[in-house]
Amino acid sequence: MSATKSLKKEGNELAQANKQLEVLSNGIFANGELPTFAKKIRETGQFPLKAKKLEILQINVGYMCNQVCDHCHVDAGPDRKEIMTWETMEQCLEVIRNTGAHTLDLTGGAPEMNPNFRRFVKEASKAGIKDFIVRSNLTIIRANKKYYDLPDFFKEHNVHVISSMPHWTRGKTDKQRGDGVFDKSIKALQELNERGYGLPDSDLRLDLVYNPSGAFLPGDQASMEKDFKKALMEDFGIQFHNLFAITNLPIARFLDYLIASENYEDYMYQLVEAYNPMAVQNVMCTNTLSISWDGYLFDCDFNQMLELPVNGKSQHISEYNEDLLEGRNIVISQHCYGCTAGAGSSCQGTVA
Amino acid sequence: MADQYYDPKDLRKFGKITEWSEELGTKFFDYYGKVFEEGALTAREKSLIALAVAHTEQCPYCIDAYTKDGLQKGITKEEMMEAVHVGAAIKSGATLVHGVMMMNKVNKLDG
Repeated sequence: MSATKSLKKEGNELAQANKQLEVLSNGIFANGELPTFAKKIRETGQFPLKAKKLEILQINVGYMCNQVCDHCHVDAGPDRKEIMTWETMEQCLEVIRNTGAHTLDLTGGAPEMNPNFRRFVKEASKAGIKDFIVRSNLTIIRANKKYYDLPDFFKEHNVHVISSMPHWTRGKTDKQRGDGVFDKSIKALQELNERGYGLPDSDLRLDLVYNPSGAFLPGDQASMEKDFKKALMEDFGIQFHNLFAITNLPIARFLDYLIASENYEDYMYQLVEAYNPMAVQNVMCTNTLSISWDGYLFDCDFNQMLELPVNGKSQHISEYNEDLLEGRNIVISQHCYGCTAGAGSSCQGTVA
Repeated sequence: MADQYYDPKDLRKFGKITEWSEELGTKFFDYYGKVFEEGALTAREKSLIALAVAHTEQCPYCIDAYTKDGLQKGITKEEMMEAVHVGAAIKSGATLVHGVMMMNKVNKLDG
């Protein structure tokens, strides 16, 4: 049974970033049973982690979502009211027009629920950024009549659609993302395919994101992609381009789940044991910048949720300076192990 | 000494067996790693075989490890249970097929 309310709405103390950071710094990391992330990257000569040239600008346009997924690191849901204003969007557009980044990545919540989403996409698509991504949860397309034409809208603006799909079976998908999500997602994928999205030679990119439904790490990305492609084609005639396997980071609702199910320590052991210095070299915070709904800058979407702003003088979109941001020291904590385990993990899948 | 024979945390220490015999331990883990690589069988198929054998061997560590491994590979619980039944069928079949031995003996002694 998936959740129906955000942790914030429930009044759960893990909705507070400082409480999450406390959990991640205490216990097995405080008593030395496991090394802190800083200690670990120091051992492999990678401390401090520094930002390289910006490649990906990720903008979170709000935490409101039509779904309440069990693993959500944003703690998103219908009850979240944090939504980016048009004023902040205009500031973002100014940055988008001048950035050296080759990828623009819109996320949420469900970004489409921001009342200015379409206006923003129309303007942003004029900036000529090479890869323009919208992270769509798929079900939003079937949630209400006003969203039915989203596949056409995406196509019109040559948007690259990336969508979550935890499994090719109904049971596992609905368990994580809510009853009925699988059927709606399948319908939405078929509609995207009908517009040409995800077809082998199509320029209309459609990628799927897989993240595990429980307290375990994702398997090999290439094998998972093969299994997903086979099953979705055989069962529903669906095609897509790539599958990104993403590790669940121990924050927000997933952290709450780990603690409640008594899996927290085992999970952290798994992450630390799977630490891969090669993944550290390409970890996404080194080439990505995350902008929150209220315009603050973060090293990644996870740091945004933990309210850990970027180091340096340029901390808000109103004082954005790409030159000042390059070379900054990345803000780290134990959740960072999630991006360096095994083949690594980023919003674009594995990194090593 | 712990007051129980099996401790789930001991699984994390498996790699330490090399400390008391580095050469043999390392050879074992190299071999083990190689066996589970994608080959004529997929890594997914190997994981299901390992899960079935884990049950016939009744090894708690192996059941723990290969249940998790199966989940990581996207193997469903229905597939896992079928694999366990394959193990159980072979195990019970192996018992039962020895009944022929008993029948042979009875026929020889008292046929």
